[in-house]
Formats: sequence, C-alpha cells, structure tokens
Amino acid sequence: MKSFAFFEPTTLAEASRLFAEEHAQLLAGGTDLVIGMKAYTETPESVISLQKIPGLTGITTDGNSINIGAMTKIREVERSADVQQHHTALAEGASEIGSIQIRNLATIGGNIAHASPAADTVAGLLVADAHVDIASAEGERSVPINELFTGPGQTVLAPGEIITRFRLPTPASGSHYIKHKIREVMDLAFIGVAAAVNLDNGTITDARIGLAAVAPTPIRAREAEDLLKGNAPTPELLEQAGEAAAAAASPISDLRCSAEHRREMVDVLTKRTLQEAVARA
Amino acid sequence: MAKHPVTLTVNGDEHDLLIEPRKTLLAVLRDTIGMTGTKEGCSTGDCGACTVIVDGKAVTSCMVLGVTASGKEITTIEGLASDGELHPVQQAFINTGGYQCGFCTPGFIMASKALIDENPDRTEEEFRHALGGNICRCTGYTKILEAVLKAAEKIRTTA
Repeated sequence: MKSFAFFEPTTLAEASRLFAEEHAQLLAGGTDLVIGMKAYTETPESVISLQKIPGLTGITTDGNSINIGAMTKIREVERSADVQQHHTALAEGASEIGSIQIRNLATIGGNIAHASPAADTVAGLLVADAHVDIASAEGERSVPINELFTGPGQTVLAPGEIITRFRLPTPASGSHYIKHKIREVMDLAFIGVAAAVNLDNGTITDARIGLAAVAPTPIRAREAEDLLKGNAPTPELLEQAGEAAAAAASPISDLRCSAEHRREMVDVLTKRTLQEAVARA
Repeated sequence: MAKHPVTLTVNGDEHDLLIEPRKTLLAVLRDTIGMTGTKEGCSTGDCGACTVIVDGKAVTSCMVLGVTASGKEITTIEGLASDGELHPVQQAFINTGGYQCGFCTPGFIMASKALIDENPDRTEEEFRHALGGNICRCTGYTKILEAVLKAAEKIRTTA
C-alpha cells in the first residue's frame, strides 16, 4: 500500500475542505478503499476518515419517511425492523453483500458512493425513490438516487461533496430484491432486480422496478412500471413487464456472464421479483 | 508519512503504539504487537482467516486501517481462553476435530463466537450461511459446522 496522509475530521465542513484537495479519498467502512489501496488501483495522497463525524450513523423515522445515515453499517440496514418492514427490498439487498464480517464494516454510503452498477443496496434504494442528501463546505443539496450516477464508478458528486444521508419517503406495501449470482455469499451480482408495488383492491396503484448491473448505471425500468400501474397483477401482465424491463437493459458481457444471458435474466427475474412483491403487498 | 499515535485495547490490554496509517489492523496485531494467532489469508476480505472481534462485531481485520481501531476493544483468538480454560467454541473445535491444517481455525472460531454471542439459537442452515465469509482450504466444513453447533448448544444450556 502506498503511503498517505491520514485525517480524522470531526465536522463535515472540515472533511469537505480536505476532500476537495487533489488525490484525496474518503474512508467510510474501508471495504472497497483499503482493498483498492492494497492493489494499487487506489493511490490517494490523503485519506479522510468519516468515522469521527457525529450524526452520520443510524436509522430514524420521520412520519412515513425512513432516514438512513450514510455511515450506517450495512449489517444495521439489513437488521433494521423499519427497513425490513417498509423497504424489504433494501434490507434483502443489504443482506446479500459480502459476509457478515464485511457487512459489519461496510456502510450504505460507501456502497452507493463507490457507484458500482452492481451495488446490492442500489436497486432497493431506487424502488424506494430515495433522496440522497449531500453536504460540502459550500452547503447542502439533495439528489434523487436515480440522478446520482453518471457511469460506472461515476456520480454527480463534485469535489468536496459528501453523501450524508438517504431519505426514503415512500414505503411500499410489498417489495423484493433478487440477486442473480453463483455463490450463496461472497459473490457480486450478475444482475440485481428490485420491485416495489402498492396494491388497492387487487389493482396495482404504484410500481417501481430497479435494475442493477445491466447498464452503465443502475436504472429504473419506467416502461415496465407504466404497464403495471392501474392494472391487476395477472401472470400475463407480469410477463409483459419482464419483457419491458429486459428492453430497458443495456448489459455488457464480462467475466461473470454474457450480455445475452443478462438480458434474458432481467426478463425472468423482473417477473419473479414482481410476483413476490405482489404477494407481500 | 507521519506515524499516528493509537491506543488499541487487545484482549483487555492497552497498547500505546505509533503506527503508519497504511498498516492494517491485521498487520498491527501480527507485526507490531506480535500476536500471530490471527492469520492472513487472501488479504482481500474474501477468506475470513483474519477475523477478529471489534467492539463486539466480527470483522475482517485485513480491511481495517489500524489507525481507525484506536480506542476500540479488540478480541483475538489469544484472548478467548480465560483462567486456563478454553472458550466453549475452542473446546468444541478440538472435541469434534473441527480443523485440519489449522490456518482458517482462528478466523472460524472468532466468527463463530460472535455469531453465538449474537444469537445461539440459529439453525444449522443459518450457521452455515452466516459462516459463508470463512473459507477452509482443506474443505473440512462438516466438522467445523458440527463444532459450532455443539458450542452453541453448550452455551445455550449453560447460559
């Protein structure tokens, strides 16, 4: 590992000023950064830990809204009764990351800021319509999660901007996440699919579908969602929604699987994810 | 780069150290303090051999910068036995032969201890899944799982 200067600021403003410098990296849980530094794919000159800044951890409720601090451990997200009940897809996605040892270190903010299209919490946050609160020395702003990513590993975050919190305003009556993978644990998603639905008297009043690892950024399958809204969740309709979601995907072939396989599986898994979300609604 | 003063509490003993920020907690434990019970396997968080317990939570110490562990309570395999008595998890691994070459054993024991502390009532399937972050290259998983279940039962019945 290359040497670096290490900082442990106690305020966001100080962290933001340090992070705005050239070749600076933020340290949240470290499960991506430390491994990247060992591999020399990350060679920051300064590392700024967020661990001593108060107010960045914990899950709180505010009316219907659930707020998750960016430094909240993945294991806490996974085990939160509020998240499990109202944003099941997010709790399930969190439980799919790495091992318990890794989930005890990794944070939800790190999982998102790393901007991997395959991040396991991202589909759940997409279908929760999460707002991403961002702070810098200049002030604060909020970005809808579906506008955060610009490419693999890339976000709209400007130098010095730090994710502080995720606000999940819209509880779904039923949601589910499926991770397509080979190993039970310690695997990366070939694809990840989350669905959230609200039902009223057998009619889908709202549907949200989030897809991970099938495009340069995580995406919502809006055409598929529009097909579902206002209709009863018949097998034929869910079938059509799967096809529409697959059409929205623009997957690549890589060492884990081919683009063709990914597109086929988006179809299949969107249908299955919707079936489970509807059953839970 | 400047070394940082840290205080690590390892198995109840305080260690005041000056360490480079790039040193992982694993490296500090093994190379600086000289406690080599915690093993380095893959160095990428995949194998679990370096598992230690920090503030009650099992973590892969190869992914933790030592400077960030300052002020925290760290338990390693060396700290499990007390008053000459092995911890029930350690004893169960011996009784059932839950090890072959032994390299993964400290990590498995620390991960298992944390799991049992959290909830000893897990089913076999739940323990198997929860130990998915620990790899045994000798593939001695059957005996390892048997040891963990026996230890959990013992801790349940004596608690």
